[in-house]
Amino acid sequence: METRNIAVNTTAAEIRAIVKQHGRLTTLVDDLADDSDLYQAGLTSHASVNLMLALEDRFEVEFPERMLRRGAFRTVDVIRSAIQELTEGAA
Amino acid sequence: MIAAALGTDPVRIAQAVGAAVAGPAAESVDQDARFPAEAFAALRDERMLGAMVPQELGGRGATFGEIAAVCQELGRHCSSTAMVYAMHQIQVGCLIRHGRTAPFLRDYLTELTAKELLLASATTEQGVGGDVRTSICAIDQQGSRFRLIKQAPVISYGEHADGILATARRSPDAAGNDQVLALLTRRDFKLTETSGWDSLGMRGTMSLGYTLTADAPIEQVLPTPYGEMSSQTMLPFSHILWSSLWLGIATDAVNRGRGFVRSEARKKPGTVPPSALRLAEVVARLQTMRAVVQGGIADFERNMDDVEVLSGLGFALRMNNLKITSSTAAADVVRDTLGVIGLFGYKNDSKYSVGRHLRDAHSAALMIANDRIYSANASMLLIHKDD
Repeated sequence: METRNIAVNTTAAEIRAIVKQHGRLTTLVDDLADDSDLYQAGLTSHASVNLMLALEDRFEVEFPERMLRRGAFRTVDVIRSAIQELTEGAA
Repeated sequence: MIAAALGTDPVRIAQAVGAAVAGPAAESVDQDARFPAEAFAALRDERMLGAMVPQELGGRGATFGEIAAVCQELGRHCSSTAMVYAMHQIQVGCLIRHGRTAPFLRDYLTELTAKELLLASATTEQGVGGDVRTSICAIDQQGSRFRLIKQAPVISYGEHADGILATARRSPDAAGNDQVLALLTRRDFKLTETSGWDSLGMRGTMSLGYTLTADAPIEQVLPTPYGEMSSQTMLPFSHILWSSLWLGIATDAVNRGRGFVRSEARKKPGTVPPSALRLAEVVARLQTMRAVVQGGIADFERNMDDVEVLSGLGFALRMNNLKITSSTAAADVVRDTLGVIGLFGYKNDSKYSVGRHLRDAHSAALMIANDRIYSANASMLLIHKDD
């Protein structure tokens, strides 16, 4: 299997792009820090489902049940480490 | 007042209050769409409003399962009494589980128990399309106090409540789903009626619409974000306590059906009346409903303190399914029981009447519409894996 080595910055930028497209935030994504709370920025549980699906599609991962708790997608940082954990596990 | 010999078992007290007070008043409560005042006076006398509050704060420390059983018992006699009691306990549950760390709220629980205060809720809001996880109104903090104005399409028994728990955005610049829950005591709020409650059933809940205007100390805002309380407490408490009282309604209807079939059988000993077959079918359905409700209670009691489980999709799906199943079953069971009894069930002045049961049970599918719940489940199932 191909070893993935996703540069941290690229991932964060891609996550932001997906959050922008699917998160339906009330705050501009560009104004958020990597550790800003997405729920406080207006991420609803409905939008978070679409966000997860888009992330799964883009990074070719499937978030296991334990990662689907509310809070698992609280910030860009948290999403990035979740994706990292899954892609490294698959490597 | 009811009987000193009842002891402290809340379920036995509920049986007695139901049979002696709530049941006899149910018809008048329904007819006049009035608050079940005599039932609540009796429940207060028996110290049932603070029943779930832990003993160290002066309460009975009744378990969640006991409170669910109380709702079921009350539901057998007066649906409105049971629903008001259930809604009150949902609010108390939020305070016990999420407010106890805050000194003011802890003291309030003691006061609630000592004075047997009744809590109502203002979660729905005009303009959010029934989505209780979104607010338009906001906590407007000014120094040590806050102001809140909420257009509430429904605040059940608002005029009879000693306190209201209201959802609102955390601050005027917070997102719609960044919600908190605020306790408003009687001296903090004013209600201006905007709509009435002349409804098909559940008439004694007095679910009128109001403009809620409040000015209260900021310490009355619960520290936990509403989103967390919603999944860990509001969702399981509402769906289970509602389901329990719907089970009570269905049980009483079926008991009337059983009484009717027995009276038919006595007229012609030796033959099984035709209605007995339909009754057997209804009793089977009721048993399924009971199993589903008991399963939900056991599920929540097992996971009550496990935040991981409670905030997971699997648990949310199970609670949603409990609500859908039991609300559908309640209306179906009562309708089919009407089929068993026939005209004597249809007549309001018959001792086998199930008209009020039928009207009350039809509210079940509408309280958080089942279609809304199915949509939420459909969405969760797109990402949910295990079961």
